[in-house]
Amino acid sequence: MIISVASGKGGTGKTLVATSLALSLKDNHKVQLLDCDVEEPNANILLRLPIKQSQPVYIPIPRVQEAKCTYCGKCAEVCAYNAIAVIKQKVLVFPELCHGCGGCSYLCPESAITEEGRGVGIVERGSSGNLELIQGKLNVGEAMAPPVIREVKRYTNPANIVIIDVPPGTSCPVIEAVKGSDFCLLVTEPTPFGLNDLSLAVEVVSELDIPCGVIINRVGVGSKEVEQYCCRERIPILLTIPLDREIAALYSRGIPLIEGMPRWREEFLRLFQDIKGMVPASRLAK
Amino acid sequence: MMKEIVVLSGKGGTGKTSIVACFASLAKSKVLADCDVDAADLHLLLKPRIKEDKEFWSGRVASIDEGKCTECGLCQELCRFGAIKDFRVDPISCEGCGFCYHICPVDAIAMKDSMSGHSFISETKYGYLCHARLGIAQENSGKLVALVRQNAKLIAERRNLDYIITDGPPGIGCPVISSLSGANLALLVTEPTLSGIHDLERVIGVCRHFGVPVLVCVNKYDLNEDNTDRIERYCSEEGIEVAARISFDNVMTQAIVEGLPVVEYTNGKVTQQIKELWQIVSTRLEK
Repeated sequence: MIISVASGKGGTGKTLVATSLALSLKDNHKVQLLDCDVEEPNANILLRLPIKQSQPVYIPIPRVQEAKCTYCGKCAEVCAYNAIAVIKQKVLVFPELCHGCGGCSYLCPESAITEEGRGVGIVERGSSGNLELIQGKLNVGEAMAPPVIREVKRYTNPANIVIIDVPPGTSCPVIEAVKGSDFCLLVTEPTPFGLNDLSLAVEVVSELDIPCGVIINRVGVGSKEVEQYCCRERIPILLTIPLDREIAALYSRGIPLIEGMPRWREEFLRLFQDIKGMVPASRLAK
Repeated sequence: MMKEIVVLSGKGGTGKTSIVACFASLAKSKVLADCDVDAADLHLLLKPRIKEDKEFWSGRVASIDEGKCTECGLCQELCRFGAIKDFRVDPISCEGCGFCYHICPVDAIAMKDSMSGHSFISETKYGYLCHARLGIAQENSGKLVALVRQNAKLIAERRNLDYIITDGPPGIGCPVISSLSGANLALLVTEPTLSGIHDLERVIGVCRHFGVPVLVCVNKYDLNEDNTDRIERYCSEEGIEVAARISFDNVMTQAIVEGLPVVEYTNGKVTQQIKELWQIVSTRLEK
């Protein structure tokens, strides 16, 4: 079963939830945690698993063999991203604009374009007992997270319980991380910001046709609007976590919630049972 | 001379939008820009009246004409984004590269323009706000960010305003780079958690990569003073000024619930700290 943990708004507690769920389940299940927030991966700050394997992520970019090139301009014409330009007797490649679709090399009439890998990030793996972590890291200065996220997700084994820590937002990196999940947990906070971004995240999961439930974090100060919204939209609130300085302080030190406050383990085990009850068997069979 | 400051953080939820809203209230001559186009929140505090709403058309999506398709499967085989299955295009996975369109032997594939959001120019009681809404599951957030900044720049130039104050997105990827490049200063809002520190280091790296000077501000500093000290030590080693420490105080949340910048909600400690921060930021921008 694949459970993604998303939010729309950043800093609502996705990583807190993803790591707590993983650590609660690992005693009785094989668990994979996929940190797909490759711009700012934080799960292993809490899990502290030793990284045993590290692999670079490449995207294929064109390499033009000038000897064969006739400067016909076909490559520049077919590139949707303006990543290749032909100016008189010169072909310019702009690697950071290239999505690696392969169109230019395939369509070059002179077969003058080959492809070479350009490193955009790394995927790291580590494990301890039943818990395996796979995390992606986008190189600093690189713009495109989706290729790194795709690499992280290649390690998905649906026979395990797979928990995906999703980046904030609603655009392509979020879609890349969430798609294919059996269930999506949406973590929010009881403020107008939390509500606004939750409603956007709900649109994303409905677009992808993934069942979802909400976790409201930092309940205490704030408003009731998020609860009212969930009630109106018939989205179950599966867990609430209070605004508690002790929880925040543990997080600040990188101590997992269920280690610092072990009573939360039961809550996360119950959460998992609730999720299981909400995922139709037909979905898992796929 | 107009100056542009972008507020970033790496990690989400550290208080970027709350601080930008305070700057909106404190700065005299400015235009605001919300570059967090896929989860914009600044409008919730600034209460804009939208004056201009433009559709944002960007990128293309492939579409297969079933009548013409011979189901040869070439497009499916060559698409590197896994966007074609059973001779149908999944518009969410399609990156709009057009490879399939170019190679289809029977010209059954068309590339259609996609409407991927809206850009807005609004008036608020604090001045103009340029903002946007990226459509759900859309690409090209970087281009929409560039458009928001362009709108803000035009307004600032036309009205001879001193500042463009930009609320940036979390992370370090495409929309962050697009918010950042060419700005005069990046204010990085962090929090004294191990995640906050880790993410701060990466966003500092991005600012350096693009040659934008940085200032750091530690929000919720008293949540973990050891970590706050660690951030200050790190910044001092890196030659970066920590411009402010802001207290961990529920008034930040209460102000959001009331829909106000915190400097207008209370006169307490946090307000003083943010006022001092704006002093430092504006002085730095004068240089």
